[in-house]
Amino acid sequence: MTDTLTPVLTDNWDADRAWTLASYESRGGYGALKKALGMDQDAIIEAVKDSGLRGRGGAGFPTGMKWSFIPQANPNPKYLVVNADESEPGTCKDIPLMMASPHTLVEGVIISSYAIRANHAFIYVRGEVLHVVRRLQNAVREAFAAGHLGKDIHGSGYDLDLVVHAGAGAYICGEETALLDSLEGRRGQPRLRPPFPAVAGLYASPTVINNVESIASVPSIIERGADWFASLGTEKSKGYVIYSLSGHVKKPGQYEAPLGITLRELIDLGGGMREGRQLKFWTPGGSSTPLLTDEHLDVPLDYEAVGAAGSMLGTRALQIFDETTCVVRAVLRWTEFYKHESCGKCTPCREGTWWLVQTLARLEQGQGSEADLDLLLDQCDNILGRAFCALGDGATSPITSSIQYFRDEFIAHLAQGGCPFDPAASTAFAAEGALA
Amino acid sequence: MTATQDSGTEIEKSNEVTLTIDGVEVSVPKDTLVIRAAEQIGVQIPRFCDHPLLAPVGACRQCLVDVPDAGNGRPIPKPQASCTLPVAEGMVVNTQATSPVADKAQQGIMEFLLINHPLDCPVCDKGGECPLQNQAMSNGRGESRFAAGGGIKRTFPKPINISAQVLLDRERCVLCARCTRFSEQIAGDPFIALVERGALQQVGIYEKEPFESYFSGNAIQICPVGALTSAEYRFRARPFDLVSTPSVAEHDACGSAIRVDHRRGKVMRRLSGNDPEVNEEWITDKDRFAFAYARQADRLTHPKVRDAESGELRPASWPEAFAVAARGLRAAGASAVLTGGRVTAEDAYAYSTFARVVLGTNDIDFRARPLSQEEASFLASEVVLRNEVSYADLEKASVVVLAGFEPEDEAGAVFLRLRKASRTGTRVVAVAPYTTRGLRKVGGRLVPTAAGAETAALGDLQERHSEFGLDADAIVLVGERLATVPGALTAAAALARATGARLAWVPRRAGDRGAVETGCLPNLLPGGRPVTDAAARVDAATAWGVEHLPELPGRDTDAILAAAAAGEVGGLVIGGVDPDDLADPAAARAAIDAARFVVSLELRETDVTRAADVVFPVAPASDKAGTFVTWEGRPRPFDAVFSHPASLPDSRILAGIAEEAGVPLGFRSVAEVGTAMEQMGPWDGERAAVATAPATPARTLAGGQLWLSTWKQMLDNGSLQDGADAMRETARAAVARVSQATYDALGADTVTVTGDRGSWTLPVEVADLPDDTVWVPANNTGNGVLADLASPGSAVAVEGTVKGATA
Repeated sequence: MTDTLTPVLTDNWDADRAWTLASYESRGGYGALKKALGMDQDAIIEAVKDSGLRGRGGAGFPTGMKWSFIPQANPNPKYLVVNADESEPGTCKDIPLMMASPHTLVEGVIISSYAIRANHAFIYVRGEVLHVVRRLQNAVREAFAAGHLGKDIHGSGYDLDLVVHAGAGAYICGEETALLDSLEGRRGQPRLRPPFPAVAGLYASPTVINNVESIASVPSIIERGADWFASLGTEKSKGYVIYSLSGHVKKPGQYEAPLGITLRELIDLGGGMREGRQLKFWTPGGSSTPLLTDEHLDVPLDYEAVGAAGSMLGTRALQIFDETTCVVRAVLRWTEFYKHESCGKCTPCREGTWWLVQTLARLEQGQGSEADLDLLLDQCDNILGRAFCALGDGATSPITSSIQYFRDEFIAHLAQGGCPFDPAASTAFAAEGALA
Repeated sequence: MTATQDSGTEIEKSNEVTLTIDGVEVSVPKDTLVIRAAEQIGVQIPRFCDHPLLAPVGACRQCLVDVPDAGNGRPIPKPQASCTLPVAEGMVVNTQATSPVADKAQQGIMEFLLINHPLDCPVCDKGGECPLQNQAMSNGRGESRFAAGGGIKRTFPKPINISAQVLLDRERCVLCARCTRFSEQIAGDPFIALVERGALQQVGIYEKEPFESYFSGNAIQICPVGALTSAEYRFRARPFDLVSTPSVAEHDACGSAIRVDHRRGKVMRRLSGNDPEVNEEWITDKDRFAFAYARQADRLTHPKVRDAESGELRPASWPEAFAVAARGLRAAGASAVLTGGRVTAEDAYAYSTFARVVLGTNDIDFRARPLSQEEASFLASEVVLRNEVSYADLEKASVVVLAGFEPEDEAGAVFLRLRKASRTGTRVVAVAPYTTRGLRKVGGRLVPTAAGAETAALGDLQERHSEFGLDADAIVLVGERLATVPGALTAAAALARATGARLAWVPRRAGDRGAVETGCLPNLLPGGRPVTDAAARVDAATAWGVEHLPELPGRDTDAILAAAAAGEVGGLVIGGVDPDDLADPAAARAAIDAARFVVSLELRETDVTRAADVVFPVAPASDKAGTFVTWEGRPRPFDAVFSHPASLPDSRILAGIAEEAGVPLGFRSVAEVGTAMEQMGPWDGERAAVATAPATPARTLAGGQLWLSTWKQMLDNGSLQDGADAMRETARAAVARVSQATYDALGADTVTVTGDRGSWTLPVEVADLPDDTVWVPANNTGNGVLADLASPGSAVAVEGTVKGATA
């Protein structure tokens, strides 16, 4: 069983005070940096390209290719921005990573910045997680003191300044262009593309924006080689990732494995479902990815197979719900989140989420008619692909997929004039017998 | 001209892109947005956030279209916002006219927009001319599924003030961000912005900074719903009851195109016209809101003559008034004409003709403000008949030098064009006392200049021209205020000549340039004919059908008034002059009192009408046809908005007096004046020679004194703004400005500025002024700086009032 797990990013998490520089270096940390500084910058980009590393923030865009889009002839400074604004409901991989081993990220930042010739890098952290902000700040301070950051890093002639910036509490700032606006001190709203950030990003200069996990994966690629990395995973989804198992499983947590593992395997690793309960539905990558059900237990969790199953791999935030959960209630809660977090820039997301919540809330209370399900689907159709950024699309995913798989449950609400579920039964304390 | 146009077309041709929209092939210039390419084939794609003069934003998503081929043979899977999508060769676009996908997408967006929009169209000012209303009818569904499902709308308290003038109804707002983008991109007054998020997003203001923009009305006009309304027009009229007449704004020398909306003989509102060559689609708040001056209680409605027995003015018939005026002027002996600067070119031509033909004098001057002889020579040698600089040229200029000219205050459309130019590379250099808000907004560079030191500053600029990048692509804009500084206008002309830069004179009043062209100057006859040129005199005399014309240049405004006071001039014909605008208001009043016979042509009662022997009411700009000539030299003809038989233009009144005097002018109607002007035509002989600059007088400051710098802010106590109370509330506060060092030395928040005519106590602010200069707004306090304080450029005493002692 342990063979299926391949701890790389999570390997040192059990070390004593794993977040300190001393602990990190005692395990060979910053070795990849020294190797990278001896390499040609383009060779690093090539290695990342060859490794097949794809963006771990959800979209899965090839990281090396993103780096190669930076126009090196542009006289403006180049920037690396790490998107650590982890805010998606269910997603919980970056924050544990930065808590447990911030230096993995910092080392990745230095190597990546060196490769794209950036002398300034930023880590934009979700502002609510103050403990992570502090831990990162400490790590950055340690790295400066150790000469990993600053002027003429280890005699290479390469300079890098790294700033940890805390966001102010907006889900939209996880959208990369909204993040840039926020980082520049404005109100975060997505920007019109083109120009793409690679051409005109932060301060209208060439900018690479990558997810925490993508950047944290870079040191291992440099240290162990692109071929090693590419040997893991499936044909088009290479490497290892962190799978965040949460919800109605016995042992929720971070499970690092090569891409392509199935949920069945992961639930086994997680000690199975709650006692006596069955899997009802799950999200493969956070609430913005369409729900899947127990039909999909054996779908390989890589970009292609999850896509073929009608969802998206997303951030591998596997939220597991058993049969005590009311899908209408769960979807309404998510939809309320999207309504609250819609930035307001475009009509379909702003007004659409406002209306979706009202329609769903009535359904949950058993009001309305079956025609309201078609209305919901039509509203979603008018949002999906019409919104300015992906937030609007994401808001429709749980609704359309839940109606697809659980239409009868919606109708049951109407038939019974309310929710047929006991909401307490789905809580964590219910299983512990606290209700008895 | 033709050659340029041809080559221009060729360039466009080579950059053309051909695409297919709704099955119709269309070729448009590269980078054209699909939404505008569709207009070329007559397809109107519904839109809210899109505006051709604002950067694309793609926020409202109303303009979604289907793109089955992006030009690369592949479809774009999702509907695309056509307002952000540039055309591509071979692209295929299907709009709502041919694509069910696009049509459904648009209907869906419209439905979303309406869920939180109140159904208050029957009481909304926009109702009847509302893009949301219209497009909801053309591209929306008839019934609301939201309301049918018991949906609850988001509500806000109704309207809140963005400024004294602009009100915001947040429920009606569709969050297209046109207003905020206008303020940021065009006016540069980013005091409004979108705040909050989701459906609670709303237009907000910064609590600590009032939204004081000279251009705020444009945001109201481009609002595609009834969210922004003006205090001026709110609940006053229904669009379908209004009659619209295109016209030209009378408040400055910009010649902005406007649309006057009126109902039953009353102007209800004014909007910006659309003239890409001049003001594009923007006007100043003064152009928009200041029109009630013509219906104030003191408006003159009938001629008056001074009763021989009682000595009081009494109503008179037009024929009587004409006769009394003609008789009085003949008896008064030598007479002179002051025309103000607000009349149309036709009226100015009538004054010019009247002075020469009826009064037989060159004693005529349109300049109702501080002036100089140097300026008259400058106008004759450098300005009249020239139109080398246009608005479009400002955009192409490498550098624009401003001297004695603050565009944001004195010529709003010039300011907006300069700001547009500055955003695409034109650099602005200002010879001015301090970095004004306007200069900051055009990213300009200040050449700090003490009041009265402009001549030296311009000379210095000429020496350092390469440092400032002044070349043949540069433009020098001089304001009328430069006339008060000896040698400055000559120095500006020399700067232009030395660098090859082009020169333009930007006066403040709508009629100023037309008055120059029609010879309302002591040294110029109509069409730029120099008085001193015998051939020019013969030419003009022939056109007027008179034997000969006076050979010597006449007196200017100051000299006319001095001569009247001295009894050398007995009769005065005064049109539209406020004594408080003149260099020495007290002396002017005394001169008018001293004159034996005064004929006043005025709109409203003034000190001049009260002192006059005959008073003629004249038509306001809305009641007459005519032409304003812009600072560029561009004629801007307009028709009368109203026809009031008792409201006569100045030209008709002058013709009436002339006929009674037995010297008919040869015209009565405005059209006939136009014909006469055309017949005389422009002078094709030699221009007046460039005059030598007067010596700069030596000047020194006594202790505690500073040089006085001043100009009129756009919104102030000017009589043409009377009645626009909400607009006046958005005027910039009257403050004195001094340098940091002076401020520290004064040690007070309030200063008392004392000149030879009085003193003002004002709050004081620090600016990057030279230490020896104090700036005050010319007409936001009392009767204005000339009447109450001192002459511009003179020495004034400045004392600090103890901190906090003055409220």
